[in-house]
Amino acid sequence: MKFLVCISNVPDTTTKITFTPDNKEFNKAGVQFVINPWDEYALTRAIELKEAAGSGTVTVLNVGEADTEPNIRKALAIGADDAIRVNAFPQDAYFVAEQIAAVAKEGGYDVILMGKESIDYNGFQVHGMVGEMLGIPTVAPAMKLDMSGNTATLEREIEGGKEIVQVNTPFVASCQQPMCEPRIPNMRGIMTARTKPLKVVQPVGEPALTKVTEYALPPKKQGVKLIPAESAGDLIKLLRNEAKVI
Amino acid sequence: MSVLVVVECDKGEVKKSSLEVASYGAQVAAQLGTTATAIAVGEANEANLAKLGEQGISKVLYDAEPRLKDFVNNAYTKLIATAAEQEQAQIIVLANSNIGAAVGSRLSVRLKASLATNVVDLPKTDGGQFVVKRGAFSGKAFADMVLSGDRKIIAVKKNSIEAQHEAGKTAEVSSFSAQLSEADFADAPKQVVMQDQAGGVLLPEAERVVSGGRGLKGPENWHLIEDLAKALGAATACSKPVSDVDWRPHHEHVGQTGITVSPNLYIACGISGAIQHLAGVNSSKVIVVINKDPEAPFFKAADYGIVGDVFEVLPKLTAAVKELS
Repeated sequence: MKFLVCISNVPDTTTKITFTPDNKEFNKAGVQFVINPWDEYALTRAIELKEAAGSGTVTVLNVGEADTEPNIRKALAIGADDAIRVNAFPQDAYFVAEQIAAVAKEGGYDVILMGKESIDYNGFQVHGMVGEMLGIPTVAPAMKLDMSGNTATLEREIEGGKEIVQVNTPFVASCQQPMCEPRIPNMRGIMTARTKPLKVVQPVGEPALTKVTEYALPPKKQGVKLIPAESAGDLIKLLRNEAKVI
Repeated sequence: MSVLVVVECDKGEVKKSSLEVASYGAQVAAQLGTTATAIAVGEANEANLAKLGEQGISKVLYDAEPRLKDFVNNAYTKLIATAAEQEQAQIIVLANSNIGAAVGSRLSVRLKASLATNVVDLPKTDGGQFVVKRGAFSGKAFADMVLSGDRKIIAVKKNSIEAQHEAGKTAEVSSFSAQLSEADFADAPKQVVMQDQAGGVLLPEAERVVSGGRGLKGPENWHLIEDLAKALGAATACSKPVSDVDWRPHHEHVGQTGITVSPNLYIACGISGAIQHLAGVNSSKVIVVINKDPEAPFFKAADYGIVGDVFEVLPKLTAAVKELS
C-alpha cells in the first residue's frame, strides 16, 4: 500500500495573528511554524496502517517554499519514508490541489490522506478538489480509518452523527480526531530523517481562481461587565433586557 | 444567469443554516438583478420547501429519489452540477457544513469555479470585482478574497447571516431529476449513526452554547452544564483538555483544532481562555465567562463575567432562567 500524506506548514496554535502594515500579508516575524495539527492525524494513521500491514510506504508531500523543509524533516522523523516538496507558494486551495493531484497521479498512490483543513486558511476544500481531479472518492472529514486489503472502512462525521463508509483504493480522506494519537519524533527518528530522500519538484497547472486582497483582525470587545457572584441571577436579566440574547 | 442555492433538509425540515444560505443567495441575486433558485438535498417536505419563498427564493428544485435522503458525495455533486447547468447558475451558495464543504470542493473543479468557504458577509460587487469576506486563521482574522472565475461557489458560515423572513411568500416547487445511475451511489454510506442529543440542540447549528472546562473537575459534574443548557435551549460544548481526557466526546470540543462556533450567546464555565479556545468562539455575539480566577484571560474577551465558583454560580443561573419563563 502506497500512502501519500499531504502536510501544510502553519503558524503554531499559540500564535497571535498580525499582518503587514498594508494588511496584505500575514506577518511571519517571530512566528513558529508547525505541521498543521489536523495533518498530524493523517501522518500518524498512515504510519500505523503501514506498520500493521508489515509493508508499504508513506510519502509526505508539501506544497511550499524552502522554509517549510524543517517541518518536512519532522514528518520524516515521525516515520514517513520519503518526502516530496512542490517548490511553490501555496496560492490557493485549487492551486495546491492541482499539485497534489499531479504528484498522486505520477506516483500511483493508493491512499491520499491529509488533515480536515489547515488552521491558517481554513479552506476545508483541498481533499474534495483532489478527489474530483483524480476521479476518485473523497471521505471528509474522517474520524476513523481501517484498511482490509484494498478496502477501507471509515467513519465520516456529519452534523449530529456519523456515517460508516466503505471505499476501495485509490481514495482521498481528510482526517480529524479521534482517529489516532499523533506521534512525536523520537531521537532515532530524528537521526534517520536527515538522510531520508526529499525530492523537490516544480509546480504545474493553471493559475489560481481566488486571491486574498486584504486581511483584518476581529473587532475588539468593549470590556467585560462584571456581576457579583452573590447576585448571579442578575446576569440572566442582563442577557434578556440588555444583550437581548435570551 | 442566476443564483443557485443548496438547501439541506433533515426529517422534512430545512436546516437553519440553509435558511441563512437561501436568504444570502436571494440577496446576492437581488444585487445582480437576477433570481435565486434552490436545489433541495436530504429528506425534504414540499410544503416546507415552498416556504423558502419567505427567504426570497422563487423556485425550488427537488429530486425525490429516495437514495438522496442520506448524504452521498458523488450523487449530490452530480445533482447540484446538473441543476446549475439547467439554471445557468453563475453563483452557487451553500452552507459551510460537512456536506457543503464536501460537495462544494468537488463542484468547484467540475464547474471550474472560484470557491470561497467560511464566508461571513454578503459580497461586494462594485468596481467590477467580486469580493467576499471570509474567516481565516481559525477565527483569529478575516480575509477579503477576490473570486475571479466566471463561476463562483460560496460556502456561508453558520449563524453569520441573519435569515430574512417575508411572511406569506411562497416558492414554486418543481420536481427535478439528474438522471442518477447506480454508479453515482457507489460511495453511499453503509450505515448512519446519530448521536444522542442532550436537549436536542446540535452544537454547529446552535444559537446558544453552554461550555465547560477543567474547572468542572470531572464528567460527573456535567449535569450543571446540561441543566443550564436545557433551561436556555442551548447546546453543550467543552474545551480541548476536557475532550482530550474523554470527559466529553470530541464532537463537543470547541476551539482552533475542534469546531468553531458563532452563536448569539456563548457561556464559558471554568474555562481559562487559552488563545486556541478563544479562536473557536470569538465570533460569538455575546460571551459570558464564569471563572473563579479573576486573572483568567477569557475575561478580556468577554462581554459579561462572574468571578466565582461554577459549582455555586451555575445552579443560580439555571434557577434564574427558569424563573423567567
